[in-house]
Amino acid sequence: MSAEVPALKPAHSYAYKLRTQRIGLWLFILSDAFMFGGLLVTRFYLLGNRRPDLDQFVGLIVTSVLLISSFFMNRAEVHISQGNQRGFITSTLITMLLGIGFLAGVIGVEWRMAHFGPADGPQGAVFYMMTGMHAFHVLTGVIFLAIILRNGLKGHYSAERHWAVEAAANYWHFVDVVWIFFYPALYLIGMAI
Amino acid sequence: MKKILSIGMIRGLLAQVVGMAIGFGLVTLLQTLTGQPLKAEPAWVVGGFISALSFLTGLGIFNDWFRMARGDEVPEPEEVEEPRGLRRYWGVSYDHKVIGVQYAFLSLFLLAMGGSFALIFRVELAQAGLQFLSFNLFNTLIGLHGMVLIASILMGISAISNYVIPLIIGARDMAFPRLNAFSFWVAVPGALLLVFSLALGGFETGWTGYPPLSVRGPMGVQMFFLGVWFVGWSSILGALNLITTILRMRSKGMGYFRMPILAWAVLSTSIIALTATQMIGLSFQLVLFERLLGMGFFDPAQGGNPILFQHLFWFYSHPAVYIFVLPGLGVVSELLPVFVRKPLFGYRWVAMSSFGIGLVGFLVWAHHMFAAGMEEYLRVPFMYSTLLVAVPTGVKFFSWTATIWQGRMRLQTPMLFLIGAIVIFLLGGITGPLLGTVSTDLHATDTYYVVGHFHATMFGGYVFPFFAALYYWYPKITGRRMSERLGKWHFWLLFIGFMVMSLGQMRIGLLGMRRRIADYDPALGFQLPNLIITLAGFAVALSVLLLFINMFRSARKGEPATGNLWESRSPEWQIPSPTPAHNFSGEVVVTGDPYDYGLEGAPGYVRLEADLTHSPQPAD
Repeated sequence: MSAEVPALKPAHSYAYKLRTQRIGLWLFILSDAFMFGGLLVTRFYLLGNRRPDLDQFVGLIVTSVLLISSFFMNRAEVHISQGNQRGFITSTLITMLLGIGFLAGVIGVEWRMAHFGPADGPQGAVFYMMTGMHAFHVLTGVIFLAIILRNGLKGHYSAERHWAVEAAANYWHFVDVVWIFFYPALYLIGMAI
Repeated sequence: MKKILSIGMIRGLLAQVVGMAIGFGLVTLLQTLTGQPLKAEPAWVVGGFISALSFLTGLGIFNDWFRMARGDEVPEPEEVEEPRGLRRYWGVSYDHKVIGVQYAFLSLFLLAMGGSFALIFRVELAQAGLQFLSFNLFNTLIGLHGMVLIASILMGISAISNYVIPLIIGARDMAFPRLNAFSFWVAVPGALLLVFSLALGGFETGWTGYPPLSVRGPMGVQMFFLGVWFVGWSSILGALNLITTILRMRSKGMGYFRMPILAWAVLSTSIIALTATQMIGLSFQLVLFERLLGMGFFDPAQGGNPILFQHLFWFYSHPAVYIFVLPGLGVVSELLPVFVRKPLFGYRWVAMSSFGIGLVGFLVWAHHMFAAGMEEYLRVPFMYSTLLVAVPTGVKFFSWTATIWQGRMRLQTPMLFLIGAIVIFLLGGITGPLLGTVSTDLHATDTYYVVGHFHATMFGGYVFPFFAALYYWYPKITGRRMSERLGKWHFWLLFIGFMVMSLGQMRIGLLGMRRRIADYDPALGFQLPNLIITLAGFAVALSVLLLFINMFRSARKGEPATGNLWESRSPEWQIPSPTPAHNFSGEVVVTGDPYDYGLEGAPGYVRLEADLTHSPQPAD
């Protein structure tokens, strides 16, 4: 996109495309939300007011880690929209590390500490499928962050043009919001079995 | 060799085989290394998953996205150089017209395949007793008949919407051309996986894949799940693209209530496809993992609940029929005014009725489960919501009737198919309430009456409008029109064949013929009706063969038709056929209403402005 290309059609201008791409991303998030909604339905249909017996401490830690990561994700986006490259890099890196920490907490710790496996009744099925699908989304988010981190280090984003950062941030917040529903559904609501 | 490999489809197919081998080998290796007993099922599932991704990688659909992720510049999709001629259709193309034709080709291919499956088991059913199919193969064939044709229908509506929607809203392409190509190509390995289930022992569940049977049956069901999963992504991403296109790419002056009615229909369909499709993906995914890891979602022995599967499954699979019929009904409303030379009656009501059907369609899924042992208090609410669907559908029927009323009808082939669509969809519609009402459904459920009703809605709501659209827009694609004579033969053979088939199915269904059985008691007296249904089925197949012959011959020898063949007001007919590259050379400005046919002094729908992009522009 060099400056000497004259008279771009409006359909090709960055601002026009940006608005189009925003609609596309939000539609994707809406679609994905239905899948997570289906998982929540599955959980309440099968377990009702019971819940899997899980380590509350680990749950609280991983939840805090993910929520804090969203704060830094927001910082990263604000930094780049103000043209602060260094702040953007630092915040993205922190977000990514917190995301990896969340994955390690859920898959590395919680999955190992749980005293039931995926084949042990509905609570096993529900717990591993919900956390697994969510972890898969966190993983794709981390990959997305790695891409914008690498391109950010090469200086591809500016205060005016950082759609990829915005998309990664919105996706990250979405995955975070999903966890805000999953955490109480798995850890807090109902009687432990 | 290099020349062969330059064709994307061939690279993809080779890569799919390689991917299958890699996935299979990887899992087997892991099992050997960890000392577990060797199990084929996980190997096939992982192989199948990797094979589909390999197909897409080999095809090259990810290339531009990889470059974007690396931070390289990629060209505008419009400016990508693509091979000329027919080779364009066998690889990745970002042109919505090419993708539309690709969709249509895949759709017709799957239509022929799914229809042939039906012919095979109809021959089996023509006589009592088991002649040449095994029970398992019979069940596999009915399941594949269902799902292959569902895929065909999804591809068919994508064909119409991809080719036509950008043209009728005056756009140069879809909103996301790369995603558009991806949506098409992801369906190809999906369809291959679906059919591959035949090689892995088939499956016994029918197209619905209900557990616990699907948890216990042969392994083919896993390929069936994977295939549906990938085809589902095609549907979701295609819908996302269409919604964005309709919201963002309309030409100047085209407010929402000046959109063509087909755009409304596609918009409401896409909203359903975007959201509900996730549920069939999820439900099949849960069964897939239940089989692989022993997760107890649906097996009562493990504390699961099979009814849950049916809730998740029908949350998509009922709205799915509205995904199929809404674009079809949109085609009827779109083309009817052209052929009766009158404005569409009640434009706003028709536009909103598509949304009404879409909205109510989300609230009716449990009427498939009246006899399934579902929570009893759900029955009556779902009965009422089901019957409510008749209201917006009725709006459409009144609009069509009032549009035809006192019109100067031109009985060309597309119009014949429109009339066929209206009549047969009416048949499908009025046989519905008997199934939507709990008391009568308990008697008719799982009989051939359901089969007859369902096929009437599909033929009226999708097949006939799809064929009408094919005859109508074929000249736009090729510059030649299809033979009217063969077209009329096609119509009458299909119409009469279908009527005999569908009414025959309803009749023996009400007399007690069960569905999904390979054999029946000759004492029931259904031999002759079943024979007649089978023969009628062959008539339907013959008529589709006529269509194929007609399409193939007319592509070369058809009467040239480069102008406004049907005297339509729509923008796509104001430009020459076949559609030039990038559709409109200048801007399209909407100046009137879309369907003001036969009105004295009504302004034209659109005005095409001169090309501005290629002329020198003043510096600003």
